Amino acid sequence: MKSAVIVFPGSNCDRDLAVALELVSGVKPAMVWHRETELPEGTDLIAVPGGFSYGDYLRSGAMAARSPVMQAVAAAAAKGTYVLGICNGFQVLTETGLLPGALLRNAGMHFVCRHVALTVENSQSAFTSRYAAGETVHFPVAHHDGNYFADAATLDRLEGEGRIAFRYAEAVNGSARNIAGVINDAGNVLGLMPHPERVVEKAHGNIDGRRMFEGLVESLMARA
Amino acid sequence: MKARVFVTLKSGVLDPQGKAIQHALDGLGFSGVNDVRAGKLIELDLADGTSQEQIEEMCRKLLANTVIENYKIEAVS
Repeated sequence: MKSAVIVFPGSNCDRDLAVALELVSGVKPAMVWHRETELPEGTDLIAVPGGFSYGDYLRSGAMAARSPVMQAVAAAAAKGTYVLGICNGFQVLTETGLLPGALLRNAGMHFVCRHVALTVENSQSAFTSRYAAGETVHFPVAHHDGNYFADAATLDRLEGEGRIAFRYAEAVNGSARNIAGVINDAGNVLGLMPHPERVVEKAHGNIDGRRMFEGLVESLMARA
Repeated sequence: MKARVFVTLKSGVLDPQGKAIQHALDGLGFSGVNDVRAGKLIELDLADGTSQEQIEEMCRKLLANTVIENYKIEAVS
């Protein structure tokens, strides 16, 4: 499986994400700078990392969403390439329009940085195939703008179409319907605020995040 | 020519920053502040002849996220 990690000025989870992808797939991801206009030939998975791209200027993810590389990411996503956005990466994907809704300032105004319990809502996607629906997993969160917002009609549609991948199992940031991660309508783009790449080795406290990458590798190898 | 763009959260979108400001005003003894909504003011210095449509496009494509925000353009002579 060939993966690419997008790097913006201010990304700070890009290397963690690359380590997790290499650990599970056995292949070093390409690190793609924000000014690039093309992705490496044959990229199966594009990972948009966490951090504070462009210093969160204007809105979190707003500047990154208009960077040259995101045009290439959007074009690849439209052709079916898998895209995973974590934390700031999720904010970038909503700002790009690849995922519905927006991430607002946390309802409590505080930056939230801790392990949280999540419920796996959909285990049918390529991202969540190694989880069981209804299972509780623990991922770390570290964000200030993770309060998921979409209008009621959009939320109903997401629920109806099984596009909510993860929900918070506890109060975290005020997200509508406790949404922690959503999938696009084609099923090839996932954005989530919690950090699966930070729980892939026993030394991290748990390995709940590892299964997301294992499931992706399995699904994408099967497609190839 | 100059223009000012006011970006505000849509009604119904929670504004925790506005709430915090309201509480701070309350703490300073200003009673009767029923609600506070915080927004952004963006000042643009534009080439003469920039059309209203172009400024609107700037707002839609970058300055405001229309999922959560409204914008208002004010021409400044």
